Amino acid sequence: MRDAIATVYERSVAGRPGVDLPASDVPATDLPVDELRRDRSLPELSQLDVVRHYLALSQRNFGVDSGFYPLGSCTMKFNPKVNEVIARHPGFAETHPLQPLETVQGNLALMFELQGWLAEIGGFAGVSLQPAAGAHGEFTGLLMMRAYHRERGDLKRTRILIPDSAHGTNPASTTMAGFTAVEVPSNGRGNIDLEAVRAACNDTLAGIMMTNPNTLGLFEEQIREVVRLVREAGGLVYGDGANMNALAGIARPGDLGFDVMHFNLHKTFSTPHGGGGPGSGPVGASARLRDFLPGPVAELALNDSGPHYRPAMPAKSIGRVSTFFGNFGMFVRAYAYIRQHGAAGLRANSEHAVLNANYLRVKLHDAFTVPFDRVCMHEFVCSGAVPGTAVRALDVSKRLLDYGFHPPTNYFPLIVPEALMIEPTETEAKPTLDAFVDAMKAIANEARSDPALVKTAPHRTPLRRLDEVKAARELVLSDRTQIASD
Amino acid sequence: MSYVPHTDRERRDMLAAIGVASMEDLFVDVPARVRFPELKLPPALTEPDLMREMDAQAARNFFVDPALSFLGAGAYRHFRPATIDYVLSRGEFSTSYTQYQPEVSQGMLQALFEYQSMICRLTGMEVSNASHYDGATAMAEAVLLALSAASGKRSKVVISPAVHPQYRDVLKSYLSGTHAAAVVGDENGTADIAQLKSLIDHDTAALVIQNPNFFGQWEPVEGLADAVHRAGGLFIVVTDPISLGLFRPPGTYGADVVAAEGQSLGIPPYFGGPHLGIFATRAAHVRRLSGHLVGETVDADGRRGYVLTLATREQHIRRAKATSNICTNSALCALAAAVYLATMGTRGLRQVAELCFQKSHYAAAEIGRLKGFAINPHAPTRPFFKEFVVRLPAPVAAINEHLRQQYGIIGGYDLGDEYPQLKDHMLIAVTELNTRAGIDQLVMALRKATT
Repeated sequence: MRDAIATVYERSVAGRPGVDLPASDVPATDLPVDELRRDRSLPELSQLDVVRHYLALSQRNFGVDSGFYPLGSCTMKFNPKVNEVIARHPGFAETHPLQPLETVQGNLALMFELQGWLAEIGGFAGVSLQPAAGAHGEFTGLLMMRAYHRERGDLKRTRILIPDSAHGTNPASTTMAGFTAVEVPSNGRGNIDLEAVRAACNDTLAGIMMTNPNTLGLFEEQIREVVRLVREAGGLVYGDGANMNALAGIARPGDLGFDVMHFNLHKTFSTPHGGGGPGSGPVGASARLRDFLPGPVAELALNDSGPHYRPAMPAKSIGRVSTFFGNFGMFVRAYAYIRQHGAAGLRANSEHAVLNANYLRVKLHDAFTVPFDRVCMHEFVCSGAVPGTAVRALDVSKRLLDYGFHPPTNYFPLIVPEALMIEPTETEAKPTLDAFVDAMKAIANEARSDPALVKTAPHRTPLRRLDEVKAARELVLSDRTQIASD
Repeated sequence: MSYVPHTDRERRDMLAAIGVASMEDLFVDVPARVRFPELKLPPALTEPDLMREMDAQAARNFFVDPALSFLGAGAYRHFRPATIDYVLSRGEFSTSYTQYQPEVSQGMLQALFEYQSMICRLTGMEVSNASHYDGATAMAEAVLLALSAASGKRSKVVISPAVHPQYRDVLKSYLSGTHAAAVVGDENGTADIAQLKSLIDHDTAALVIQNPNFFGQWEPVEGLADAVHRAGGLFIVVTDPISLGLFRPPGTYGADVVAAEGQSLGIPPYFGGPHLGIFATRAAHVRRLSGHLVGETVDADGRRGYVLTLATREQHIRRAKATSNICTNSALCALAAAVYLATMGTRGLRQVAELCFQKSHYAAAEIGRLKGFAINPHAPTRPFFKEFVVRLPAPVAAINEHLRQQYGIIGGYDLGDEYPQLKDHMLIAVTELNTRAGIDQLVMALRKATT
């Protein structure tokens, strides 16, 4: 188990057959000989080789299906298996995005319904499903804000306020959209500093990016004042919807005054994270921004034969941000998820996500410091440093692996030193949470009784700590094994 | 159906431990005015009812026979070996997150490292990222890489009109936040490469072409790299990875960056997504690359292992100064592509590519014999791969309607939608899944539709 797994190139044997395809059934045409390649670029494996290789690799990977995965801000909830079955239905999966509209009414109707449901859940006037991920949604929303100001001839609005607790994607998206990111500090209660917001509001303000609940897992207590200040200064309010799993059915960002927000279908709406994608980041917009949404969006028209769905570009659309309609396969799963839950189910999800987070918070706040120790939403942040020892958040994280748990997000948000950001999600039961608490307390004890054990963890994983410095210094980014020839 | 596992007793015990009386008490920070909205959503369904409803939803779509579908234009039907779905169904892969804890993510890390390796060799590049959203966004980020390589001092991007129109649209959105603009050769879509060359100047950050181009044709690429390199810009090539089973890769004709749509590598068309953005470049640009990169290293005992590397380029470290905002990408689709390439091997991919070439040429020859039809009228002598342009004697929409209603055939893409001067021109795609019988039926149906 602990030996390195040979790569596909190392396993390759020249001449080993993988698949057979039917011979050509048409008369032959001469190939353009000058433009052909003659090298061997790919490995040669049997199908059994392929299956054993990837099965062995899967056994060295940890997913939600493997165990508790309390990765803060990532919402690692159960991914319903029925949704995978549905998403693979050839009636969805085999449809081509450029087929005649009459042949894809089921798909367009599904998109139209999902747009409407997300608008209802978020309190928005319109939704576009185009963006492929959360960060892509942020970039999209910022382009919409830019287009809104430009349309009004308001060209001097170049600054976007971003709390210091924000995800790194917020400032990165701001730069990509051609704005300047201005960091705003947090106050002693973990909220954005209202006075700092007030001081930054002037006629160069394009808007603010707010994550609510914020990355400390706290509902922004002064959200209405923040929104009012920004709006009075002529700015727009962007919502980072990464933490929507605390709010669905609890409060609608649109009702709080947000102008535009992305949803992460791969968080709140349970589409699998896939090892880092594909995700989906639909964007919702208020009445004053809806015309700027990217397109195409699905639209309902009534013709002689009844309802007819068709793609349409919003009136002042910023254009396309991806090919075709976005990540449709994720829409199918999210549609099925909302359909399974209904309004009461979504609210119950948020409530139990918040219940689980608060339960862990009170169970852990004696063994680990919780800097903002008040009722939290779906996640909370504690310090992972064990007081009186040299054990740090990184060590606790690695030792958790030995106990069979995926660690929380660590060293984020940046405003809490040694941060461990814990998001249990609603689909975990109390015994799992109790076992996690026991492990955390055991590690805190080990930190005092046998610190070396914790500092050198993990001990039970296929590999021990990896040398990231060597990886960055030597940069081996591809397998250079020679392919054997016949 | 709910996936909340709590029993009433557990719920009570947990609320007591927290020290609140009810679930509602957990939400006192939420302004009362907006708390607990009544959402208007359809009532919840159980699993069997859901399955029934979703089957009905799918049934509202027309069932497509792959042998009778001739639609491509950026999304294709290709054979997908069963190994792919077997691997993708492993929850250890599909329900994991980005590999920030390498000790328990070696499986996905090695799979992505191997993906990078296969993409490098297939494209003739030195570095591949671990995936981008789709082909269009990969191309747009390639252009941002070129702007950054020019230290923001160049503001012009020369792009061929024979690059996929939607890719050019996406690029326009990506450039709207920069000081740069794209210049398209000649809007009639048949601009020859010589004309593109004449647009390159010392303000040009990149030349972008697609090869085989949107019309399926192999571009005369000689001298293009030199032309843009002489001016100090980068050469970006958008390609079809299946074509690389047969044709020489962009690395052999001077590409600095290769961007491609990887959907053909084992991913269903899926009504347009999720797909896979392939993004590869030369080693010199590795620090400007966007997205995750997997690198080889060793663990504390000296055993070979893999980690995400050069994270200092990325948003979670560099924030406003990152090379890109990308975080979630298309990892599971990259895994699908890796399993596809490992299963097919050099020989299998070559076979697929040759079948596409042979069958599309057969279809073109047969359609070309029909009265009033012309094949690749603007470039009849250029080699093509799996797609070709047909000038029809009647409007495309009417013919497609006839093909579908009378024969169950999904016809080609109406080029007039994006290129006004190509009204009555159809782009036909033929892959290894189209049979001779299916092609013959298309030819017969086209004849009947126009006589």
